[in-house]
Amino acid sequence: MLTPLEIEALSLSLWVATWSTLAVLPFAILVALVLARADFWGKSLFDGIIHMPLVLPPVVIGYLLLVTLGTRGPIGSWLLETFGIRLIFTSTGASVAAGVMAFPLMVRAIRLSVEAIDGGLEAAARTLGAGPIDRFLTITLPLMLPGILSGAVLAFAASLGEFGATITFVSNIPGETRTLPLAIYTATQTPDGDLEAARLVALSFTLSLGALILSEYLGRRVRRMMGRP
Amino acid sequence: MRNPPLLDVAIRRRQGSFDLDIRFQAPIQGITALFGRSGSGKSSVINAIAGLAKPDAGHIRLDGTVLFDSAQGIDVPAERRRTGYVFQDSRLFPHMTVVNNLLYGMRRVPERERRISLDPVVELLGIGALLTRKPHTLSGGERQRVAVGRALLAQPRILLMDEPLASLDAERKAEILPYIERLRDELNIPIVFVSHSVDEVVRLATTLVLMADGRVTATGTVADLSVRLDVGAILGGQEVGAVLDTVVASHDAATGLTALTFPGGTLTVPQLDLGIGQHLRVRIQARDVILALEPPSRISVHNMLAGRIVELGAESGPSRDVKIDLGGSFLLARVTRHSVERLELGVGTPVFALVKSVAFDRVFPGPSGSGSGSGPGPGGRNIAL
Repeated sequence: MLTPLEIEALSLSLWVATWSTLAVLPFAILVALVLARADFWGKSLFDGIIHMPLVLPPVVIGYLLLVTLGTRGPIGSWLLETFGIRLIFTSTGASVAAGVMAFPLMVRAIRLSVEAIDGGLEAAARTLGAGPIDRFLTITLPLMLPGILSGAVLAFAASLGEFGATITFVSNIPGETRTLPLAIYTATQTPDGDLEAARLVALSFTLSLGALILSEYLGRRVRRMMGRP
Repeated sequence: MRNPPLLDVAIRRRQGSFDLDIRFQAPIQGITALFGRSGSGKSSVINAIAGLAKPDAGHIRLDGTVLFDSAQGIDVPAERRRTGYVFQDSRLFPHMTVVNNLLYGMRRVPERERRISLDPVVELLGIGALLTRKPHTLSGGERQRVAVGRALLAQPRILLMDEPLASLDAERKAEILPYIERLRDELNIPIVFVSHSVDEVVRLATTLVLMADGRVTATGTVADLSVRLDVGAILGGQEVGAVLDTVVASHDAATGLTALTFPGGTLTVPQLDLGIGQHLRVRIQARDVILALEPPSRISVHNMLAGRIVELGAESGPSRDVKIDLGGSFLLARVTRHSVERLELGVGTPVFALVKSVAFDRVFPGPSGSGSGSGPGPGGRNIAL
């Protein structure tokens, strides 16, 4: 049904989106907690920087990644020398690009869920003998779960569709960095690629719809678990 | 020599433009009620005891344990204070079943320090059928009962209740009050109870701490404070009246009457379904007391108590409240200013107080702990005599 090239693009997209979502999740939780709970000097600046990928052209993010994480960039050269990790032109790099782009979306979703938590519940847990870490693990984190879930789904979907930063940072290499959007783009640039493009678009559509339905289902399960009808 | 166990609070705290300056000591047996209008600082006081709000200065000691002392630099974190806190809005954890809510605090107490276990608490509060349910499926009254159970099972040294009944309607209140009475009578855990309801306070409290504008205006037993003319108005307004702690002395089957004794006299009331020796708190409203200079004859009123006027309250409109010493207990009578002049009532005047009606607020345990423990008495009934 699917051609080997389509399967390649599909599995690469899923791989990139899964890893970018998982890798970004702990940082997004941390940053969301900081933004929702902490008050410090320069908070709005920090908030602004976090949201940069939402407002900057993706190409600019791709360029910045190239400059910093490329083999001659300050972080990129260090990664290469110390761990032998090369991000540029690799699928790992594609995950990084997708993750950076999806980060603010995830932070926003999780932050909303943190802000929705009744602080009184944590105070109640305190009077019942729960220390800070205990409280976080048994009260705050479980109550954040709906936000974490919707943030993760959002980030996953956004990663599936990431184009600009990816093509700028890791280029368009079949089997390595050519995810679905890049494959669609390639098809549209190829003579007689119209049918291929249409097939890939249909695939992309199905994938997104599937993700949406799954998130609805999980969301309902989690809300029930949280005791909200 | 060991001092009697005491809750000793002396704290100052500034919250915006509100200045809290609280000092009181209360015996920790029974229920201490913090009573005052909303905004008088009651909740701030129990938040400070729980460790959820830090006072600027002062100390909080509970039965010899220092929970907070600014001079010594002691501030025990809330999670190590072992104060069971029942919040007005119950604050059950929405993602846990009732039983996991109940066990949350208990699991955090070392096993050898656990004195209160799940089954008796579930039984005491009547929540056995709710254990596997989630909080959002419970009614307000059920939620508060679970919250009480959760606080109790955390093995608290003191139970703090912040208007636990305020969010409930009259029916739910009536449902939960007996359970709080049972806590007081059966578990022997000190309770600090915040309330702005006279009825609740009179029914539940042992010691009363009156608060206004962030200050303590008076501390004492309910009976003592109920007859203080300077604070009586706060306590009752139109319903100002003396609270008497009585003992059921005898039943007379022939007349269908029960005699209740109290220091300084006896009240005769229509027969009560209570055993001899049981303790009963009654309230006699000042407007239900008539004063006479001579014992009237040929009158339908049973209860005629001889006493002596010890204080006359300030004039308020056409009436004045008069405090009468019955020889051990006090009674308030509300009479007209005109009557005061006509009868030449003054401090020291011997009078006869005729009691028209009595309100029974509750059965409460005797000082020896030999009390009924039978739960709710004929609560809140007002009986004309």
